[in-house]
Amino acid sequence: MTLPEGNPETNSPAPVTPTERHFPAPAEPSPVSPVFDELTRQRTKEIISLYPQSRSALLPLLHLVQSVEGYVSTDGIRYCAEALDLTTAEVSAVATFYTMYKRSPCGEHLVSVCTNTLCAALGGDDIYDRLRTHLGSADRPLRHEETAGEPGSPGSITLEHAECLAACDLAPVLQVNYEYFDNQTVDSAVELVDALRRGERPQPTRGAPLTDLRTVELELAGFTDEASTVDTTARVEGPSSAVESVRGVRLAEENGWTAPAMPDEPPAMPALPEKK
Amino acid sequence: MSTPDPITPVLTRRWLSPRSWSIDTYTRLEGYSSLRTAFAAHPDQLIQLVKDSGLRGRGGAGFPTGMKWGFIPQDDGSGKGPGAKPKYLVINADEGEPGTCKDIPTMMADPHALIEGCIVTSYAIRANFCAIYVRGEALHCIRRLRAAVREAKDAGYLGRDILGSGFDLEIVVHAGAGAYICGEETALLDSLEGRRGQPRLKPPFPATSGLYASPTVVNNVETIASVPAIVAGGADWFRSMGREKSPGPKIYSISGHVERPGQYEAPLGITLRGLLELAGGMKDGVPLKFWTPGGSSTPLLTAEHLDVPLDFEGAAEAGSMLGTTAVQVFNETVSVPWAVMKWTEFYSHESCGKCTPCREGTYWLVQVLQRMVRGEGTTADIDMMVDVCDNILGRSFCALGDGATSPITSAIQYFRQEFLDLIASQPDVERPEQLADVELAERTDGTELTGAHA
Repeated sequence: MTLPEGNPETNSPAPVTPTERHFPAPAEPSPVSPVFDELTRQRTKEIISLYPQSRSALLPLLHLVQSVEGYVSTDGIRYCAEALDLTTAEVSAVATFYTMYKRSPCGEHLVSVCTNTLCAALGGDDIYDRLRTHLGSADRPLRHEETAGEPGSPGSITLEHAECLAACDLAPVLQVNYEYFDNQTVDSAVELVDALRRGERPQPTRGAPLTDLRTVELELAGFTDEASTVDTTARVEGPSSAVESVRGVRLAEENGWTAPAMPDEPPAMPALPEKK
Repeated sequence: MSTPDPITPVLTRRWLSPRSWSIDTYTRLEGYSSLRTAFAAHPDQLIQLVKDSGLRGRGGAGFPTGMKWGFIPQDDGSGKGPGAKPKYLVINADEGEPGTCKDIPTMMADPHALIEGCIVTSYAIRANFCAIYVRGEALHCIRRLRAAVREAKDAGYLGRDILGSGFDLEIVVHAGAGAYICGEETALLDSLEGRRGQPRLKPPFPATSGLYASPTVVNNVETIASVPAIVAGGADWFRSMGREKSPGPKIYSISGHVERPGQYEAPLGITLRGLLELAGGMKDGVPLKFWTPGGSSTPLLTAEHLDVPLDFEGAAEAGSMLGTTAVQVFNETVSVPWAVMKWTEFYSHESCGKCTPCREGTYWLVQVLQRMVRGEGTTADIDMMVDVCDNILGRSFCALGDGATSPITSAIQYFRQEFLDLIASQPDVERPEQLADVELAERTDGTELTGAHA
């Protein structure tokens, strides 16, 4: 005997057997970008060897991958994770926490304008606003961490506003690739970015001769680029103390002020405290 | 005892020398001479010496340095317990507190003073590994410090069996990556371990469970750079400067509306009046309105506090804190609500997000302050800010949250009228939440909205 179609009790259509749904399989993970070459792998080992525990190498390693690619890419994150035996989630959590790790390609130069209260009161806000429209346009000013020009191409500039850059006696300050340009004005800042766009490398007020963001990221990771035109010694030299930094000690010199004289010989050490 | 001169260069005394950062200049000016004295002594004697000197932490909190070192558990011979673990010294060079700009010039001009201090300190606490955690944006300091470490190693001041003492030490200069919160010592340790820089719950304190859960001393740059001079000069010499409970010299960083902003190393206890005299007075003679004694996290002070002695006790008695002696001076042209808004935007940006009072509180405080500066504030906003601050202060995980409330509550304390004037200057305020009091709005035909006319 054949039953009529459907359920005779309710006359509803026959229950459909659940079918297995097919989800698309995740794409095969691509091998880590070939830009992490043998030299980078060698440097990775060197960084890890500095620390008692390998995970401490993560921040320098992220600087390293940023120096290779110009930003911290998903490949860079995977590279760090594999080097330190971490998950990509663990590395991503770190990479997204710190402002110096950029998650999209940056310009040749990074211009950071301090807009914290003191710099802002002395003109930092004006400098930042002007650079936004100067590097963008009046209708469409550049946003925070946005790049003028094709990222990575010569003369391209990523603009950001920064929190206190710890140079308040030299306010308002900005940094190009983390080198200080002190006591800026709107005009001097515009001139500076124009020079950068023309491919020039103006001398920072304090610090080493200007290079580019990638070179500087490599230095943060602990290495100097052998091919760099500026040698290691010159990188350490350069003007360091601003006039402002030494004002106190110069004033003391002019007035003959000194700290009380130390004894000729170091005084005897205090007695060894008794063990409790 | 005679009064010391107005400026007492100890940490800054080499800054004018040519190539002051090189080991040649440093050793010619008696650099590294404290090492032999230190190695001849028992480590506990050094800890006692620093205790006797009264040196207090220069990173903001002012904790007695010798006592901090003394908390490190030492091996009792059993080979068990925290004393048996390796000890670590970590230098907090993550300078970023708004207004603070003393450590970067110190590391730039005289990196070897810090390295020498690290060697003495590591010997005292029996650490064989020291990390200097430098803010990533302070790139040139990182270069100078790394060069200094190389030079010191070549000269035999670092590495194995330093100067035949049997003591080994390695120093790593570690670049941060841009996070103000990493200036908080436990967040710094997490960051140094390769994690997000979020503070840890205390206790356990770093002295027993710090880097890699081992006993760790975390000290500020200026603190450790002071140590060689204490070894060379002794506790009494150090105490001949400064005040009873806050002895020694201190780098005061004066910035803002003064004629000659800069770094002035004076004995602790100098007043703002004294500092202004050194710095040539207010810029263009425009009168002082408000100032911070030690960064934006220390409550604001005003012109009535010109004679407050700037040491740990004096600043606290005036209702503020000494902090990092980052003296930011603002003249009458600066709007207090605007300045507070800018600072609050900073705290909101830098809040690590770990605890709710700080993460949510700073976010909403920014919203309230921004609309107030836009001219849409109400008098109720002032009370609300005080209330929100009250719910952050003492209830957040670390001092960032507490610090975020300082500018707001102190600004309202001293400049409430300015907030009220700003609000009153924009009377036609209508916001949806003000209309919530529908009854009042209806009764008064919409003219008497809550707060708008108060």
